[in-house]
Amino acid sequence: MDYVIIGNSAAAVGAVEGIRQVDREGRITVISDEPYHTYSRPLISYWLAGKVAEDKMIFRKENFYENNNVNPMLGSRVRRIDFAGRKAELEDGTVVPYKRLLVAAGGKPVIPPVDGLDKKGVFTFTKLNDVKEIKHAAAAGKRKAVVIGAGLIGLKAAEALNKLGVDVTVVELANRILPVILDDEAGQMVQGYLEEAGIKFILNNSVSKVSGDAEVTGVTLRDDTVINCEMLVVAIGVKPNTGLVEGRVSVNRGILVNEKMETSLDGVYAAGDVSEGFDIISGTNRVLPLLPNAYLQGETAGRNMAGVETIFNGGLAMNAIGFGDLPMLTAGIVKPDSEEFEILVNANPETCSYRKIILKDNRIVGYILLNKVDRAGILTGLIREKADITPFKERLMSPGFGYVDFPEPDRKARLSGGAVQ
Amino acid sequence: MKRVYAKEEVCAGCKLCEVHCIVAHSQYPNDVVKAFKKGVPPLSRVIVEENRPVSFALQCRHCDDAPCTKACITGAMHRDPKTGIVINDEERCVGCWTCILACPFGAVQRDETGKKAASKCDLCSNGDGVPACVANCPNDALIFEERE
Repeated sequence: MDYVIIGNSAAAVGAVEGIRQVDREGRITVISDEPYHTYSRPLISYWLAGKVAEDKMIFRKENFYENNNVNPMLGSRVRRIDFAGRKAELEDGTVVPYKRLLVAAGGKPVIPPVDGLDKKGVFTFTKLNDVKEIKHAAAAGKRKAVVIGAGLIGLKAAEALNKLGVDVTVVELANRILPVILDDEAGQMVQGYLEEAGIKFILNNSVSKVSGDAEVTGVTLRDDTVINCEMLVVAIGVKPNTGLVEGRVSVNRGILVNEKMETSLDGVYAAGDVSEGFDIISGTNRVLPLLPNAYLQGETAGRNMAGVETIFNGGLAMNAIGFGDLPMLTAGIVKPDSEEFEILVNANPETCSYRKIILKDNRIVGYILLNKVDRAGILTGLIREKADITPFKERLMSPGFGYVDFPEPDRKARLSGGAVQ
Repeated sequence: MKRVYAKEEVCAGCKLCEVHCIVAHSQYPNDVVKAFKKGVPPLSRVIVEENRPVSFALQCRHCDDAPCTKACITGAMHRDPKTGIVINDEERCVGCWTCILACPFGAVQRDETGKKAASKCDLCSNGDGVPACVANCPNDALIFEERE
């Protein structure tokens, strides 16, 4: 069996490991346009801040390809896929045949329709090469940066730049930072924390113009505010990198996949940020560009590609992010918009502590934890299980909530098996 | 594989398991006093949950399909292919706490005593067989055995 995997990040690694759980012999080729060993994309901000060395960024050990009998074609770009002939054609003319293909080509940065984003000094923030360019610019004396977007990527970029001594202003369209994973109250706490660290924020606003000749010298916002800057980081989100398959397999926002990660075309699978698979909270297909989801989808794809039917129950939006010594963990629905949800909340702005649990019909559908994040996974597990929390509802808001709060038979069943049921 | 199981009926909530876990993972695994007095002792990797009269010790279940290893953003959290034990490579861990988000047992903890890193039971894999919590429980409330 010949397997070809396009991509070399979490979904691709999951697929290699999934295939090898089943098939030790088949030939696996991993093709990536990046010239690097498997590296952790989320670590690029850590690298930029000087917290992690490049050789510590690898997502799997040096001998990963060798141990798994993988042929890595790194620094190679796929030009087109011949779906009828089952071959991937590379830009250098090489042709790689496959029996099973996994498209794990990830996402690409969303670039807003603003003139001047082609100037020198404008960066995106998703790949190792992006942060290498930013570090180079900072080392060359660039001292003032604007970051467009206060999402996960934008804020990690802002934090790293701030750590490098760069003056950072973040511009966000929404009324709060981290609008996808925090509500207003938690957003304000985290914003206050980051402002204390020296990062500036402009909310409810957006960049309408980029100034400068060859190099960026500043931005003009839609309310005509002008901010001078020598670096501009565009971080308003990522979108599925579906270019190679469009017109041949069903694509909505991402490549549509079923619970086995199969696309609409026989023998072709997709996983990770490029795909649009089932989301357990919304009950519909949705792009969930998150590393844990990518790995699980990739592993599922790999096992199915190798012939063992394996079902992925669905992705769950969940995020762990921290700034300085302020951690936050969130999952599921964080800001419900209708009356059918019940909200439990405890806030202490003094200590930046926040615990919010969102229920629907006595089942947890989401949470936000700031600062006191311990044992959050118990809540995540209850979301996945859609468990009725009535027996321990009054204990849910205790920071010490644990298995001791479960009814005895339930607790014993959960703790005596030794594995996740 | 062998795992640690708690018998809550005979757990007195004395937390000696926590004490011995700390000692076993300190720089002085054979000296209780030095383990606590010299430098900052590590976190206990076993958690005693308590709501009188109920108490029991809980540690990593070393799940066959461990969600923490699959969610880990750096690859630090991994399963030892030979022993099946789920281990965190603290050198590669950056303390992002995605494992805490993912572990349905709440068995991974934040260790901020030194470099930020996830802390969890390693079944005393550097020791000689029986985990310290099991070996030192005065009531035999912890058992180390293989179950289906």
